[in-house]
Amino acid sequence: MAEITRDDVAHLAQLARIEMSAHELDRMAGELAHIVDAVKSVSEVAAPDVPATSHPIALSNVFREDVVGHVLTPDQALSGAPDADDHRFKVPAILDEE
Amino acid sequence: MSDPTLSFDEAMEQFDPVLGFEVHVELNTKTKMFSSAPNAFGDDPNTNVNEVDLGLPGVLPVVNKAAVESSIKIGLALNCEIAESCRFARKNYFYPDTPKNFQTSQYDEPIAHDGWIDIELEDGEVFRVEIERAHMEEDAGKLTHMGGATGRIQGAEYSLVDYNRAGVPLVEIVTKPIVGAGRRAPELARAYVSAIREIVKNLGVSDARMERGNVRCDANVSLMPKGATKFGIRSETKNVNSLRSVEHAVRHEIQRHAAVLAGGGTVTQETRHWHEDTRTTTAGRPKSDADDYRYFPEPDLVPVVATREWVESIRAQLPEPPAERRKRLKAAWGYSDPEFRDVVNAGVVDAIEETISAGATPAAARKWWMGEIVGRAKVADVEPAELGVTPEAIVELNGLVEGGKLNNKMAAQVLDGVIAGEGTPTQVMEARGLVLVSDDGALLEAIDSALAAQPEVAEKIRGGKVQAVGAIVGGVMKATRGQADAGRVRELILEKLGVNA
Amino acid sequence: MNELITSTANELAEKLSAKEVSSEEVTQAHLDRISEVDEQVHAFLHVNTEEALAVAREVDSIRAAGGDDAAALHPLAGVPIAIKDLIVTVGQPTTAGSRMLEGWMSPYDATVIKKIRAAKLPMLGKTNLDEFAMGSSTEHSAFGPTRNPWDLERIPGGSGGGSAAAVAAFEAPLALGTDTGGSIRQPGAVTGTVGVKPTYGAVSRYGAIAMASSLDQIGPVSRSVLDAALLQELVGGHDPFDSTSLTDSFDTLVSAARNGSVEGLRIGVVKELGGEGFQPGVEARFRDALEMLRGAGAEVVEVSCPNFRYALGAYYLIMPSEVSSNLAKFDGVRYGLRVLPKEGPLTIERVMGATRAAGFGEEAKRRIILGTYALSAGYYDAYYGSAQKVRTLIQRDFDAAFAKADVLISPTAPTTAFRLGEKLDDPLAMYLNDVATIPANLAGVPGLSLPGGLADEDGLPVGIQLLAPAREDARLYKVGAALESLLEAQWGGPLLSKAPVLGAAKTGEVN
Repeated sequence: MAEITRDDVAHLAQLARIEMSAHELDRMAGELAHIVDAVKSVSEVAAPDVPATSHPIALSNVFREDVVGHVLTPDQALSGAPDADDHRFKVPAILDEE
Repeated sequence: MSDPTLSFDEAMEQFDPVLGFEVHVELNTKTKMFSSAPNAFGDDPNTNVNEVDLGLPGVLPVVNKAAVESSIKIGLALNCEIAESCRFARKNYFYPDTPKNFQTSQYDEPIAHDGWIDIELEDGEVFRVEIERAHMEEDAGKLTHMGGATGRIQGAEYSLVDYNRAGVPLVEIVTKPIVGAGRRAPELARAYVSAIREIVKNLGVSDARMERGNVRCDANVSLMPKGATKFGIRSETKNVNSLRSVEHAVRHEIQRHAAVLAGGGTVTQETRHWHEDTRTTTAGRPKSDADDYRYFPEPDLVPVVATREWVESIRAQLPEPPAERRKRLKAAWGYSDPEFRDVVNAGVVDAIEETISAGATPAAARKWWMGEIVGRAKVADVEPAELGVTPEAIVELNGLVEGGKLNNKMAAQVLDGVIAGEGTPTQVMEARGLVLVSDDGALLEAIDSALAAQPEVAEKIRGGKVQAVGAIVGGVMKATRGQADAGRVRELILEKLGVNA
Repeated sequence: MNELITSTANELAEKLSAKEVSSEEVTQAHLDRISEVDEQVHAFLHVNTEEALAVAREVDSIRAAGGDDAAALHPLAGVPIAIKDLIVTVGQPTTAGSRMLEGWMSPYDATVIKKIRAAKLPMLGKTNLDEFAMGSSTEHSAFGPTRNPWDLERIPGGSGGGSAAAVAAFEAPLALGTDTGGSIRQPGAVTGTVGVKPTYGAVSRYGAIAMASSLDQIGPVSRSVLDAALLQELVGGHDPFDSTSLTDSFDTLVSAARNGSVEGLRIGVVKELGGEGFQPGVEARFRDALEMLRGAGAEVVEVSCPNFRYALGAYYLIMPSEVSSNLAKFDGVRYGLRVLPKEGPLTIERVMGATRAAGFGEEAKRRIILGTYALSAGYYDAYYGSAQKVRTLIQRDFDAAFAKADVLISPTAPTTAFRLGEKLDDPLAMYLNDVATIPANLAGVPGLSLPGGLADEDGLPVGIQLLAPAREDARLYKVGAALESLLEAQWGGPLLSKAPVLGAAKTGEVN
C-alpha cells in the first residue's frame, strides 16, 4: 500500500487550493493510496530507453503570424466576474507576500 | 526597519560575492505570446484582452511566430546555442494576476542555452558573463492594491486586476553564477543589465524601457569567505527595475549578507523586495514547498523545431552588435578614447547618434549632451534621456548659438526652459525675452559708460595691455544683463580705443 | 412515435431538402419530445427553444426562397442537434456539469459551434455530463444524473451520458460529445447509439472545456454510422486556434459510410480487450459480430497489445495531472462561482480555497489531488514521466497490431449499463469501464462504437468498438457502416426500435 498520509494530502490540497476538512483529508488519503497502488505499475515498464510521448500525434512548429486579431470589450471581459470595479476584476486582499 | 549592514569595504575585505541575474525582457511584438490580442502599453484596463488572455474555459494557446524569432535573435546575440527542438511547459501556481493559474513557460528545454556576453566596465575592464539559458514565457496581468495606506500589498483591502499585460511575450535570460567580480560586483551588475537592455533594443525586439517594465531584473547575491569555492546561501532580490537600482541593490545585499555572516549568522534563502526610496531590501517569501511548480510539458502546444536554415536566416538579419557599433561610431565621430568612454558611461551614445542624424556635428552633439544635459540629469537623479530633450531641440538650440542669436550662457537658460517643458528652444527664448544684444549703437553706449567708469583700465589697454579688455567686457555684459555678444563687445572696445587685437 | 423524431439525421436532411417537411416542424417535434420525456431522462441541462426555432425558420425561409442561398445550404441545415455542455456557446449557459460554472455565459463560441451555426443546425440545448467530463456514468453531474432510456434505473454511461441519452430517447437526431477516455463511445455502447472519437486533432478542441488536453477530442453522437460521418465532416477540419489541430483533410468520411464494406479487410481482435471482467452477454454479442464480419468476407485475426494492461494506469496518471492544471483556472476571480470562507481573514488565497472546495464535486477533487500528487516534486519521474513512456509503448503496440490488421475490434465497454449508484463509492470499479476505450485516447487513434445487440442476461445494449490507425477515420466509417447494415438486417431494423417506449408509455400506464 502506498504511503499517503493526511499531511501529504493536506499539502496537496494546499498546492491545489482546495480547502478540505480533517474528515475529507483522511478519506482522500485512503482513496489516493488505493488509486496510486492501482496505477503505479506504469513504472515497471518505463525503461530508460523508452522515449516519453506527450502528444499523441507528433507535430511541430505550429505558429500564428503576428497579426492583431479580435479582442473582447471590457464589458464582455468582465461579464462573468464575481466582482469588478472600474473595468477591472476585484479580488480580496492578497496577504501571502511581504 | 532596516537590516544591519557592514560597510562595503569591510564586506570586501572578508568575502567574495557571487552574482546571478534573471532578466525578463518584454518583446515588442504586435500581439501576445499565445493570443492575437494587441501587445500594447498604457491602454484602458482589460481592453487588450480576448478569451485566451483571460483564461476563459475552453481556450487554447497558439504561439506567435514573431516572438519565437525574437527569442532566437536574443539567443544568438548572447552567443547561445539555439535548441534544435524545444517545448513549452506549464509552471503551476495560483495567483490572481495569472489567468490560468499556470504560466506557460519553458522548463527543461529552453530555446537558447549556454551563451556568454562580454561586459565592459567604465574603465575598460572586461568581464565575461556566462549565460545559462534564455527561454520564452508569458507575462502576468497587473494588480493594483487598493485601500491600504501605501498602495502596497500590505494593508490593502482589495486588489484590482487588469489583464492587458497578461500574455505579453517575455524572454527570461538567466546567467550562470558570476564569480570573481570582487568589489566591482555592483558596477558589473549595472553594466550587465545595461548591456542586455542595449542588446535587445539594438535587435529591435523590445522597447527596452525599464520605466515601463520592458526590462526587469531579479538579482541573486551570495557571499563566500575570501578564497573559498563553495557558494554561500543566496537571496533573490525581485523586480529591480532601473540600472541604478540594480547597482544599489547588489551593493546593499552584499553589505547585508556580510553583516549576517560576520556576525556568525546564516543568510536565509528567500526573495527580497527592493525599496528604491530607502535603497534597502526587505524579506519576502522564504523558499519552501510552495515553490513546487509541478512543471510538465504544455499539452496544448507542440514543439518548436529551429532548423539550421531558419536559425541562419535569422542570424543573417541580425543588426550590428552594440560593441562593434561603438567601435564604428567612435571612429566616425572622431572622439578620443576618454571622450568616447565618457559618452558611453554617461549612457548617451544613442542620444548623440540621434542628435547627429538630426543635423548636429559630432562635436556639437557631444558638447550639448556631455557639457550640459548629463550634468542636469545627475542633479535631477534621472537618466539623461529621461530629461525629455529631443535631438531636434538640441539642433535648434545649437543653431541659435551658432547663428549669433544666443550666447552660451543664454543657451543654458533656454535648455533649462526646454527641460521644464516651456516649449521649443525658440519658444523658450522668446518667452523668456532672451535676446542677444548685437545692435552696435546700444553696445557703444554701454561701452562708453564702462570705459568712463574704469578710465585706468582704458589707459592700460591703450598702452598695449590687450588682455585687460576683459574687465571692460565684463562691465558691458553686466550692464546688458548678459544679453550681449561678448565677442562683438570686445571688437568694438578695441576699435574704439584704436588698438589692434 | 412521430416519424420526425425517429428518423436519422440523413433521412431528415433528405426530407428537408425535398421540402417534404420544414425545419421548424422537425425542430418543434424534437422540442416537444424533450418536453415529453426529459423530465424522466434528464439529458438536457438547458433547452434552447427560441434560438433553435429561429434558426429552423431561417433555414426554411432560405429554402423557400430558393436560388443560390438555398443551393448553398449545408446538407444538414435545419437538422437539430444537441451539444454536450462542455462546449462553450454564446447565448446559452455552459456549466460543464459543475456548480463552479452554474449560469456562466461564454462570450465566445467554440470552433465546432461556429461551424454548426454556419451550417445552420438548430441547437436544441446543452446536454448533461459528469462534472468537467470526469466520470463514466453522468452521476457526477452537479445537476443530477441522466438516466438510460433503456432502463431509467440505470446509468447512460459517461461522461457524455446526456448526449447519448438524448439521441437514444429521440430527443435529438444528433449530438456532440467529447471523448477523453471513452466519454463518447462508452455512453454510445450502453445506450445503443453510435459514437465516434475521431483521430486526435481531426476536430478542433477550441471551446471544449479542457479536461485532459492531450486526450480530449470532440466527436459525433448519432443513431447511425452515416449520421456520425455527416456530423464529423461538418465539425472537423483544421483550426488555426488549436495548435494540435491536424491539417489533413477528412472529407471522405461520408462517402466511406455510404459505401460500407469489409470484403477482404483484415479485422484484428485485440486479445487483451476481453476475457476477465467482461460480461458474458457482452462477449457473446461480440463473437456474433465477428461471425457476421467473417461471413461478409473479412479476415478475422488475433492481435496482441501486451502494454494495454498498463493503459489504465497511464491514463489515471496523465489525465489527472492535466486535469489538476486545466482546472486551476476555476478560482473565483474572473468568472464562475466565488465563495467566501466562513471564518478567518478574507484573503484571496482563502477565497480560492473556499471557492474550489464548494465548486468542485468529489470526483473532480479526487482527480485534482491525484494529479497534483503525480506532478509534484519527487514523484514526476515515477508517475507522470513513466506514464508518458507507457504511452509510447501503447503506440508501438498499435503500430504492430495495424501491421497485421486494417482495423481492430473489441467490445466498447466490459459491461452493459449498471445501476445508478452501483459504482459511485468505488472509484476504481468506475474507472474499469474505460479499459477498452482508453488505449485509443493515449495513442490518438480514432475509435467508433456502434450497437452490437442486446445482452442475453439483461436485455441491455452492447457496444462494438472499431479502432483504426491515426488519420484513417474513414476506414472506421466504412467498416462500421458495413457491420451496422449486417446487424440491422438481422434485427429487422435499428436496435433502438427495441427500446422501451418512454413518455407515451408512461402516460399510457397512468391512464
